[in-house]
Amino acid sequence: MQLGRDALLGAYRRMATIRQFEERLHDEIKTGEIAGFTHLYCGQEAAAVGVCDHLSTEDLIVSTHRGHGHCIAKGCDVKGMMKEIYGRRDGLCKGRGGSMHIADLSVGMLGANGIVGAGAPQAVGAALATKLRGQGHVAIAFSGDGACNQGTTFEAMNLAVVTKAPAIFVFENNHYSEHTGVQYAVGTDRDIASRAEAFGMKAWRANGCDYFDTYETMRDLLEHVRGGGGPAAIELDTERFYGHFEGDPQRYRGEGELDRIRAERDALKIFRARVGDAGLLDMAELDAIDAEVKTLIDEATSEARAAPPPDPAHVAEDVYVDY
Amino acid sequence: MAVMNIREAINRTLYEEMERDPSIIVLGEDVVGGAGTAGGQEAIGGIWGTTGGLFAKFGGDRVIDTPISESAIVGAAAGAALAGLRPVAELMFADFIGVSLDQLWNQMAKFRYMFGGKTKCPAVVRLIYGAGMNAAAQHSQSVYALLTAMPGLKVVLPTTPADAKGMLSEALHGDDPVMFFEHKALYGVKGEVPDGPFRQRFGEARMVREGGDVTMVTCGRMVGFCEKAADKLAADGIGTDLIDLRTTSPLDEEAILDSVEQTGRIVIVDESPPRCSVAADIAAIVAEKAFTSLKAPPRMITGQHSPIPFARELERAWLPSPQKIEDAARHVLAFR
Ligand SMILES: Cc1ncc(C[n+]2csc(CCOP(=O)(O)OP(=O)(O)O)c2C)c(N)n1
Ligand SMILES: [Mg+2]
Repeated sequence: MQLGRDALLGAYRRMATIRQFEERLHDEIKTGEIAGFTHLYCGQEAAAVGVCDHLSTEDLIVSTHRGHGHCIAKGCDVKGMMKEIYGRRDGLCKGRGGSMHIADLSVGMLGANGIVGAGAPQAVGAALATKLRGQGHVAIAFSGDGACNQGTTFEAMNLAVVTKAPAIFVFENNHYSEHTGVQYAVGTDRDIASRAEAFGMKAWRANGCDYFDTYETMRDLLEHVRGGGGPAAIELDTERFYGHFEGDPQRYRGEGELDRIRAERDALKIFRARVGDAGLLDMAELDAIDAEVKTLIDEATSEARAAPPPDPAHVAEDVYVDY
Repeated sequence: MAVMNIREAINRTLYEEMERDPSIIVLGEDVVGGAGTAGGQEAIGGIWGTTGGLFAKFGGDRVIDTPISESAIVGAAAGAALAGLRPVAELMFADFIGVSLDQLWNQMAKFRYMFGGKTKCPAVVRLIYGAGMNAAAQHSQSVYALLTAMPGLKVVLPTTPADAKGMLSEALHGDDPVMFFEHKALYGVKGEVPDGPFRQRFGEARMVREGGDVTMVTCGRMVGFCEKAADKLAADGIGTDLIDLRTTSPLDEEAILDSVEQTGRIVIVDESPPRCSVAADIAAIVAEKAFTSLKAPPRMITGQHSPIPFARELERAWLPSPQKIEDAARHVLAFR
């Protein structure tokens, strides 16, 4: 662990922000005020933050339907996100996108995506753009264990290899695609990372519930990619704490599974244990961050609720730049 | 006759047809649910609840959960149909034709013609479509216009439980690829469904009501919107011929033209963007074939020429509404 105090506190703050943002949504959705489909990222915080903590604004990411965590980790404005999810005029995408379609180019977040598997080829294109600019930046596709079964993902991996694009495929294996288990849906008798290897790129594996394991593995991976080694992949073994989307009865879970993963694989608890055992941070400091984050989420929520809706007169604007 | 909703009608029809014909298989994402999980299979029976109970009855060789691979799902259905099965493939959201389009467009639709009439591809693709759930730009579209434009595909949009049964059964007896569109906001619509074998021919529109003053032509969820508008008009003594197309390919031109010849005034309502839509298609047919009967220009009420927005206010503004339909009807009626 070579991270300094500020880096550690920042990492915790980002993970706590994701956790509280999502937990608040989980509660708010029950009130019926939030429309549409919402896929919560709780449980996977260490994955998004452990990856994005290595990135600058010029490094690009493309996200998924479960994208709130990626957005927060990459630096999207939390209040703008909340307004977007509430479908408000001043949301990050003017209320047109909603939970599944948040984008913020100003922080290098090229967009969440409702089409599973659509992001990986886009990350290759983005990586070709960074390669052409020649400043050592990378582009990252976040994909789930389900998305890795789309032909688009396979094509993207091969294209990245043949073009030596500085593209990184981050596979967040939370063991489920909707109601189907990864054991069934991914047919390789090994894992997802081995698929990436089969396409001819280097692949890493890490514990996506442990910030430090993810962060440190990503350091090696990025050294390879930024050093001109071509594309790479990482499979992060992680968990989703809530249903696929809000309202999912989760009948596919094993008995006691949710209790077990919450007890054993909670990224925030693991972080606290790691920094506590090593004597790096005081638990009181982390409690203080939790309280600050709560204030932020309280504000974001009340501001989003009070914010004006979009004007229906503008429904068909922004279809083209110029028409 | 039993009363049930569209969801149940589809589920029971699949069940009955699979019992009748062992060559029918079902495939798609989570059509069983729970494969490879500790919770076990039959965890969901389709996220729309339309395929529940099929796995328990017919087993894993005929009710197949697939990975997230729409191109392979539809392609496998095409191949299975060529090889003599009757696959029913589910696209959880019709928007996902984007991922699978080649298999629909260049493959399934063209086999019979391209191969000199020698092959049959009796695949049914179930597409769950439509706005109304604030599911935003990639989970709300009514992509039937695109598939209607492709020669070789039949395009079916039931709006009642009886039609759902009759047309699904028809699809499973026919020998052509059928795009079976299920509107997500109509699953709960209840109605009487005939017991036993029952088929509804394609290309035969449903006259929802006859009124003689103005013609409304529509399909899918917009049938209900038109009924609301027609009720308002009826309160003012205006009679509406309301035509539910049932299928956009084949298209029952005769039903449309017969009505327009009598009313001379037509409003066409379509839950799609306006350009190259089914509404535009029908307006062109009416202009070409019923020109001398028309007393007013045909009027189209459609979605906007934009993707479908997320926010409630915007989605509502994007869609046709009973009010817009009523206004359009009054407009064509007032035209001199
Ligand atoms: C092309 C496409 N197919 C299917 C879906 C429906 N769908 C949304 S999320 C999802 C599961 C995705 O699983 P995974 O990639 O593991 O991501 P996770 O939900 O676990 O984050 C499915 C099937 C979709 N949105 N797009
Ligand atoms: Mg998953």
